[in-house]
Amino acid sequence: MMQRYAIPAVGIAAAIALPFVYRNPYHLHILTLILIWSFAYTSWSVMGRFGLVSLGHGGFMGVGAYVTALLWNHLGVSPWIGIPSSMAAAGVLALIVGYPCFRFRITGHYFVLVTLALSGIVLQVITATRDYTGGSLGYTPNRATGNHWLALQFDDKTTWYLIALLVWMVGLLVWRAIDRSMGRYAMEAISEDEDAAAAAGVNVTAEKLKITLISALMTAFAGALYCQYQMFISPDTVSGISVSLQMVFAAIVGGLYVSLGPTVGAVITILLAEGLRISFGANAVGWDNLVYGLLLVLFIIFLPKGILGSVVEKLKAQRMPSSRS
Amino acid sequence: MQAFFDIFDIYLLEAVINGILLGGLLALLALGLNLIFGVIDVTWICYAELVMIGMYGMYYLIQYYHLPYFAAAPLVILLVALLGAALHYLVIAPLLGAPPINQLLATGGVLFILQSFATVAFGIDFRNVGIRLPVLSFGEMHFSYARLLSFAAALVGMIGVYLFMTRTFTGTAIRAISQDRQIMSLMGVDARRLYLITSALGGGLAGLAACLLVLQYDVHPFVGLSFGPITFLICVLGGLGNFVGGFIAAFVFAQIISLGGLFSDLEWGYVLAFAFFIVMMFIRPAGLLARRR
Repeated sequence: MMQRYAIPAVGIAAAIALPFVYRNPYHLHILTLILIWSFAYTSWSVMGRFGLVSLGHGGFMGVGAYVTALLWNHLGVSPWIGIPSSMAAAGVLALIVGYPCFRFRITGHYFVLVTLALSGIVLQVITATRDYTGGSLGYTPNRATGNHWLALQFDDKTTWYLIALLVWMVGLLVWRAIDRSMGRYAMEAISEDEDAAAAAGVNVTAEKLKITLISALMTAFAGALYCQYQMFISPDTVSGISVSLQMVFAAIVGGLYVSLGPTVGAVITILLAEGLRISFGANAVGWDNLVYGLLLVLFIIFLPKGILGSVVEKLKAQRMPSSRS
Repeated sequence: MQAFFDIFDIYLLEAVINGILLGGLLALLALGLNLIFGVIDVTWICYAELVMIGMYGMYYLIQYYHLPYFAAAPLVILLVALLGAALHYLVIAPLLGAPPINQLLATGGVLFILQSFATVAFGIDFRNVGIRLPVLSFGEMHFSYARLLSFAAALVGMIGVYLFMTRTFTGTAIRAISQDRQIMSLMGVDARRLYLITSALGGGLAGLAACLLVLQYDVHPFVGLSFGPITFLICVLGGLGNFVGGFIAAFVFAQIISLGGLFSDLEWGYVLAFAFFIVMMFIRPAGLLARRR
């Protein structure tokens, strides 16, 4: 039993200690980005693993980032209040779109396309209200003049790394809590057969709404965090269809059904993008997405469980050769 | 006050007619997607990107090889039709047995591939074919000739598809297989061949749309994002795979966009259309023409 917790404990301790011994700002920056995006991808996979494939998460992320930044710039509301407000806004949005979808049994293709409309709306609203949001040129939260903690703006990478690490771990804990809850069994039953699940006494609409709400709140939080860290957001980086597809891609490449899968996906995608950017410079524009796209197609065809998912499965099969699972 | 209404009405009429013209084009786009969905049961998320590639094809054929417009158009239609067939053969066919979501996401990957391929190969500049068609004026109303042409060509294209589906043997087989794919394979119909033909046909429609869109819009690698989502919404609103529903939904959407754009910015027209879509999902979740169960 000790052994089970030893490895994660050592890993967490090493991760916390890292910025105090290793101070290369660029590498810390990449690690922070990986952690923030891992959290976002984990949020997506919270519902994605149950077959609720949403392309609307770009919308939730955009709401998270923009509401926080707009409240800060225009009304001077601290992110400490702004982030919960933006999460609430995303939650309301999720309920507005989710309720009719689940109530009227909009599943499969239809659900994907409805949520696609959601990210489309958020993108268009951000672009259309360019007087406030800066439109497609992007938006920068004002620099704080007073207390850094109040404004949640920090100049050093170490603080941000630790914040992102904490958030990422909380994300994994949420994933784990859902994995061990009754809701998981309900959701799995629903993704197998909705009518049968309903007949067995599962409240299909409520269960789906619950999981969607959790996922949307987490995604909005990721958007707000990204905004606070980067201090620059544009419709293309935090909202819209490409961001939604990016989440799906990372989660699938890493593995949807294991808790660290989305994180592996984030590591791969961000290292890939950065590696291409460093080795090809400005010529790399487009190449990273070309590789993403190819990998996405190849993974879905040949390795639908993702890298980590397949590895875990192999290990399990070796450990219990007698049982077929 | 009377003068105000006079002017207002002319703009309104102009917006309504422009909406109808736009509707023709959207209906053409929706038709291709509906065809694929209705027959193969797959949504091509990358459909608008096929159109984008076609638009680049038109641009290069006209600007670099100096082909006349009407010689370039059939070549582009053929090219995109081949692309559609290749997409089916390489990506969809291996996934036919997989969960539908996987097929959809794989075409999402193709979206990335096509978009970034265009970025890498053609750069991110806005390009246009350099054909400026005259503007038609009726009294105080102005309509671009390009829109009229695309509306007419879209109608011809749609009628062509209709005739193909109802009057030819292959078309009949395609309609049959969309109704019951197991039985049709037992009847000795080669489903794989029909799927390929359908994909090529869907690609060809995307190519036709590309030839028409290139007259009105500049080409850039992300142009697909500006009309792709709206095409999906039209198909869902009409009921995926429902040709008539898609046709009607296209005109409804085009009117909302056109009239919304009249009162405010064009983006608000889109926002209105999206909002309308979500409201409609409350009322008619299975599409405009779906029978109530």
